[in-house]
Amino acid sequence: MQARLSATDLACRRGERLLFRKLSLDLRPGDMLEVCGPNGVGKTSLLRILAGLAEPFAGEVVRTGEIGLVDARHALDLDRRLGDALGFWERLDRSGDLSSAVARTQIDGLLDIPVGYLSTGQKQRAAIARLLGRNRPIWLLDEAFAGLDTAAQGMLAGLIREHCETGGLCVFVSHQPVDVPAQALDLAEYAA
Amino acid sequence: MRTFAILLRRDLAILLPGGARGSAFLPLIFFLLVAVLFPFAVGPEPTLLARTGGGVLWIATLLASILPLDRLVAADREAGVFDQLRLRGISEEVAMTARLIAHWLCFAPLMILATLPAAALLSLSGETLARLVVSLIAGTPGLAAIGLITAALLASLRAGTALAGLLLAPIAVPLVIFGAGHLAREDLSGALFAAAFSLVLCAIAPFAAAAAIRAARG
Repeated sequence: MQARLSATDLACRRGERLLFRKLSLDLRPGDMLEVCGPNGVGKTSLLRILAGLAEPFAGEVVRTGEIGLVDARHALDLDRRLGDALGFWERLDRSGDLSSAVARTQIDGLLDIPVGYLSTGQKQRAAIARLLGRNRPIWLLDEAFAGLDTAAQGMLAGLIREHCETGGLCVFVSHQPVDVPAQALDLAEYAA
Repeated sequence: MRTFAILLRRDLAILLPGGARGSAFLPLIFFLLVAVLFPFAVGPEPTLLARTGGGVLWIATLLASILPLDRLVAADREAGVFDQLRLRGISEEVAMTARLIAHWLCFAPLMILATLPAAALLSLSGETLARLVVSLIAGTPGLAAIGLITAALLASLRAGTALAGLLLAPIAVPLVIFGAGHLAREDLSGALFAAAFSLVLCAIAPFAAAAAIRAARG
């Protein structure tokens, strides 16, 4: 089954404000979409709607394939060792392939350290390792580049390219320039 | 079932004494403190202590059960754990059922054990102690359920803990009445009523807590 993520006539409201409207997209395997726009335009809200974590004010989203999400919240237990915290998700995902993901994100040396002692970038790497190990076709990355050093940003860009070449699709938000051949979606054009 | 076991294992790992969030001994210490301080306040007369001690321990249990509510749900909400679970097709109801069981396991058995030294401090008779243990077994699942609902409702608020007591205490009144009432009666009716109330609360709690988390997701 081929992954697909499509949305028609999406509108999003936060409180009393309409953030964007009449947004449609249709993504197939291999597609990369970079969502741009100034702060507060609704990028995170859009990704949460696409993930199914928030309801759109209008319009609908159709997903074929499961979602892997990396956002500003890493969902790792701060007081547990990184290995244990990741192990919980590994068992839920039945991935069994976390070791190679851990090696690729270069966090193998950190597995014995409590998550609370890790830096923002290290936690971000761990979240990316979880995404890799989970191995689902639709990637939604909300500011996944934030906090990563230059080498790690390059590593993540490489992972996105590889993911999309092997039948995945990816929507991401980034305020850094990212070296991937992505289409750009300027959310400001859809502002209400 | 496998998913549930994984969730429960994590919940126990973070909630148990010596576990990561490590506040499981706090309710126990609070409970014992009440038992220690009460004779100082009302005087050491054994008959008075024996008559009032059981009820005091019930109130101590209720108040102690508020202490772990602080991080019971809020920490996971802030960290986005429920979002990641949802993406894996695991509903908040399932997560909250596991959390309810873990929460009860982490405070109630300790508290029930602590009634032994507490009973000695308050010169409770062996018979009263036995009735107290039965009524706590009947009532604490209800306290855990109310606690979970309260923690989920307040998870998105700052300073939620201060409100937790205000929200929890009124709903817990029937548990205290029946649970402590069991101490004064010959038959089992008090404990049975408390157990019935606990069962109803435990049945409602995962759904109410899940609804609260979803509503806060906005």
